[in-house]
Amino acid sequence: MSYQKSNISSNNFEQCIKCTICTVYCPVTAVNPEYPGPKQAGPDGERYRLKKPLFYDEALKYCLNCKRCEVACPSNVKIGDIIQLARIKHSKLRPGLRERILANTDFMGTLASTFAPVVNTTVKLKPVKKLMDWTLKIDSHRTFPKYASQRFTTWFKRHAEKSQAALPNQVTYFHGCYANYNYPQLGKDLVKILNAVGYGVQLMEKERCCGVAKISNNLIKQATRDAKRNLEEIRHSVAQQREVIATSTTCTFTIRDEYHHILGLENGDVREQVNLATRFLYRLVDEGKIKLAFRDDFRMKAAYHTPCHMEKLGWSIYSTSLMRMIPGLELLMLDSLCCGIAGTYGFKRENYKYSQAIGAPLFKQIADFGVDVVACDCETCKWQIEMSTGVKVENPISILAQALDVERTKALNNIK
Amino acid sequence: MKYETIIIGGGLSGLLSGIALARAGRKVAIISAGQSALHFSSGSFELIDSEDNPLAAIAQMPSTHPYQTIGLDAVKRYAEAVPALFAEAGVEVSGSVEKNHYRITPIGMAKSAWLTLGDYATLDNATTLPWRKVAIVNFDGYLDFYPKFLDNFFAKRGVDTVHHTLTLAEFEHLRESATEMRATNIARIMTGDLLSKIATELRGRIGDAEVVFMPAVFGMFDAEAVSALRSQVRVPLYFIPTMPASVPGVRTQIQLKNYFQKLGGVYLLGDNVCGGEIRDNKLISVRTANHGDMEFHADNFILASGSFFSHGLIASQEHIYEPIFGLDIVADQARSEWYNQDLYAHQPYMGYGVVTDERLRCRLAGKTVENLYAAGSVLANQNPIAEGTGGGVAITTALFVADQIINA
Repeated sequence: MSYQKSNISSNNFEQCIKCTICTVYCPVTAVNPEYPGPKQAGPDGERYRLKKPLFYDEALKYCLNCKRCEVACPSNVKIGDIIQLARIKHSKLRPGLRERILANTDFMGTLASTFAPVVNTTVKLKPVKKLMDWTLKIDSHRTFPKYASQRFTTWFKRHAEKSQAALPNQVTYFHGCYANYNYPQLGKDLVKILNAVGYGVQLMEKERCCGVAKISNNLIKQATRDAKRNLEEIRHSVAQQREVIATSTTCTFTIRDEYHHILGLENGDVREQVNLATRFLYRLVDEGKIKLAFRDDFRMKAAYHTPCHMEKLGWSIYSTSLMRMIPGLELLMLDSLCCGIAGTYGFKRENYKYSQAIGAPLFKQIADFGVDVVACDCETCKWQIEMSTGVKVENPISILAQALDVERTKALNNIK
Repeated sequence: MKYETIIIGGGLSGLLSGIALARAGRKVAIISAGQSALHFSSGSFELIDSEDNPLAAIAQMPSTHPYQTIGLDAVKRYAEAVPALFAEAGVEVSGSVEKNHYRITPIGMAKSAWLTLGDYATLDNATTLPWRKVAIVNFDGYLDFYPKFLDNFFAKRGVDTVHHTLTLAEFEHLRESATEMRATNIARIMTGDLLSKIATELRGRIGDAEVVFMPAVFGMFDAEAVSALRSQVRVPLYFIPTMPASVPGVRTQIQLKNYFQKLGGVYLLGDNVCGGEIRDNKLISVRTANHGDMEFHADNFILASGSFFSHGLIASQEHIYEPIFGLDIVADQARSEWYNQDLYAHQPYMGYGVVTDERLRCRLAGKTVENLYAAGSVLANQNPIAEGTGGGVAITTALFVADQIINA
């Protein structure tokens, strides 16, 4: 006889004891009184919605899906998942042109990187920004991420692909939209490190966007299609004994957790083989399988920012532990606070002021620290922090790559 | 991953043992499943509810009580040491192990306490007060503070009260969401100019009141807002706990956590320890939900996972158990024995918890796990509510196990 087992919902919502700790740590509640807060939007509201869907409140759209409520919850209630699932199930707001543009990061990326110089110049122009604000309600204060004229995948095919198979070990790199279209250097940095320690890099035959922007813009069908395709690729890679690694916390988190929790796809067979690059490298160092050597002349003062999905993964320790191996790096820790952008959220005109208000305490701390660089494993945090503080943001993988003594590392790992 | 000590649980016990170990130069990690019960803390810590000398009362407790396990000398030593340790973390407390003081509760009672945060008034005795007239000040639209209860408290003790409600433009924004107008949200806006504005209001209104009481909505990340406001008001200003979450409680958690991290400690929040490998009566490593097959190895472990509230103990329909390792516990078998129908009578479940040896090392299937210690409310044979020992047991057992590890 086990009533409790058969009684427990997948999101643990009946375990909520109404303690309000989630509300204390919700970045949105702190700045936007229109948002009912995670307790009300999540488990409290869910009780009503189970009775009648008309209790659904469209104000749930203000949720960032940062999952900080789940990290804070002492009762293990999946508050963020409850809110996202309620939005998908009940929201009457249909995604418009703006949502489709912002959410289709891979389609827009293909288009924009093809015409990169034109696009980069155009979206910087004030009249264009005003026009986008007026027509699309994309806030004119927002600085758009730059597009690269050569995609990562193009570079890889031309300059790296051939030499990979000769290396003793192999991994698959899920580069994501950002490394491919906006910042190929990140992908190049990863290839540089992995090759130096004896790992060859393979790409997927047809990688799709992880789908996070489609999920948050309520384009669930498209997100599910992309997710299924990615899972096929991941299974293929795992069958070839290749772990899949990513440089973006959000891609990693989405594939590992959101595919199952939000899209309802079965990913348990490959979940453990999808990893963040810093965790993958840390483990190899920790197990004594690889060694890293760093340049004597490398000097940097950096502060680490914990992206929300990194906080949820609980993995910042891997990125910071790896960076602490660099002798010339002075690393400070910023308080783990949301930067406010939450992917496409902060691009929307109605969210812009809240987005900046959420990030304000973080921006202040960054200014107070007086560092050369902010280290952070998330691309949208990078856009937000660079725009709001003027301080350069680098992925820990890029910092490692800059500090790495490639020749000595190769020698330590017996790589020619 | 390898640490010298891993602590399971990031509340008062986990943090204090972590601080003590990190201060001694040890490499420590705390793994915490969500935020701790400190978020509901009134802001006072009890050693034991007693009119007389608390230590004399502790000496009379049953031999199975955690205080008796660690011994009266240890209780005294650690209890005397903790205010200085708190102060290092920026947590200011007053009180003494020689004699309890009283604090004013949100429902207008005088309750005994051992240590109380600097935010609150402490009283020498429960019946007579040092004031003739006090001002009680609330904010318009704030519902988690009940001045009527306080009226009653002061009237019973022959003290006059005057009430003021402050209406501030800065609250308009908060008032838009009445249900979320909570202490911690208010505390976020209590900085700089707003504090000066409140001080100006107070100066203009308090008249001949000798002291002002306000809801505890000041200073969430540090106590700066409290001292800034106090410095601008000419009479003593004290706070009264609100409905949870408690601003001084959240602040205490943050200050202790920050100090632990400053000492080099690693604090992993939002992760659940799911189990561990025990070999030859020693715990080798633990596994967590977030870290999967990346196990955490350590020489010593501390179980500070709390009681039922924090899931350090679980009650299913059929039985009560310690969920991580299935450790030996004190608990009645039959569900009907767990509780008493009379809410105010002795509740047996309050005394349930893990069994330990005299050094607070846990037991599994009758054998001592040599490097797994327990501290705080997960320990058996205490009743924090009936005895008034919750904070005291959490603090003294935490420092005791840290010393067991340091001196081993």
